Amino acid sequence: MREAMLALLAKEPAHGYELRQRLTRALGPIGEVLNPGQVYITLSRLERAGLVRSDQVAQAAAPDKKVYEVTPEGREHVASWLLDVSWPKVAPAEFHLKLVAAAMTGLADPIALIDAQRRDLLRRLRDVQRLAQEAPSDDDAFLILEGTVLRLQADVKWLEACERRWTTRRPQ
Amino acid sequence: MTNFVLQTKGLSRQYPADGVPVRAVDTVSLELTKGEAVSVMGPSGCGKSTLLHLLGGLERPTSGEVWLGGKRVDRLSETGWARLRRRNIGFVFQAFHLVDELSAVENVELPALLIGVARKAARTKAMNLLERLGVAQRAAHLPDRLSGGERQRVALARALINEPLLVLADEPTGNLDSGTTAEILRLFAEMHAAGQTLLIVTHEPRVAATADRLLTMRDGSIVEDVRLEGGLSRQALLAQVAGWEA
Repeated sequence: MREAMLALLAKEPAHGYELRQRLTRALGPIGEVLNPGQVYITLSRLERAGLVRSDQVAQAAAPDKKVYEVTPEGREHVASWLLDVSWPKVAPAEFHLKLVAAAMTGLADPIALIDAQRRDLLRRLRDVQRLAQEAPSDDDAFLILEGTVLRLQADVKWLEACERRWTTRRPQ
Repeated sequence: MTNFVLQTKGLSRQYPADGVPVRAVDTVSLELTKGEAVSVMGPSGCGKSTLLHLLGGLERPTSGEVWLGGKRVDRLSETGWARLRRRNIGFVFQAFHLVDELSAVENVELPALLIGVARKAARTKAMNLLERLGVAQRAAHLPDRLSGGERQRVALARALINEPLLVLADEPTGNLDSGTTAEILRLFAEMHAAGQTLLIVTHEPRVAATADRLLTMRDGSIVEDVRLEGGLSRQALLAQVAGWEA
């Protein structure tokens, strides 16, 4: 979330409300459960961490608004987030934001991100499956490994769906 | 010539399609060393099944070369290919392709009889394989009396009986449920551990992950060729599975 906000700001500076709208749009149905307060809290944390900076912009008929822009450190942070292939527990939302952010900022090629992530998951799948094959299948605890194998398999299939989608929109 | 079990050079297969020829397989060059297990993945229509057919002589290339065990084979006649397949290539298909009229053990021993192995020796060999693959007790049954998993075990035994240079598998678990798939994959892993050179075409991630090396195809070409050994220590891997990673 934090990194996705940073990526959106890396594309162009925005004030809090704009940023929230963009984030909601990128998240689709999940955007409905985005807590507005979370956006502002995260922005001030990012500012304290030196990843964004803000400017007060005076407005005629309204209070000043704060416009946020990403710092060079922040941009670097986004780039390394895009290339990181560690797979969080609930992957689809974050990975989707990564693809959106990559396409929008031009900091990475979405298809290359999908390929890198797929390679990483398949390697893990191979290793865990091998552990499962070594374990005696009459041991109940074997189910832990089997469950992990099936989840990794589902994750790889989901990445294939991402690939199909992002391949067809690549020319844009 | 080389110590590659299988090698292709610029292998292509073109199909006529409404005037514009389509390259189902487009200048594929690959090398498999002895004992290697390789899987081929890719979106449907990427050419992975056509590639397997070219490697097994079930289809002919438009151009390029196929070398098996150091011999060029892409120019063999039908009979030449048939002989080569019997001795050197074991096939495993999604639909099993067993002979319905023959019992399990008769299906397994057939390729051995066809290359001139004595009846008794062939039977012993077939029974040993069925034993190894856990279906010896089903040896006398016709295929339609066997479950999907049992049929695929019999098909595996048949593929292995002539100790082929290469086993080619096309979606080997495509007709099996998840539990049976795990059992068949265990057998593939054992086969690989025993030194069998293996090429598996599949769209199932867990089937692909049985191999050490993964080829990805798109539009007829191999776009990625990577090793799958993860390099994580057993401890790190187990911690990850448990969700206790630091």
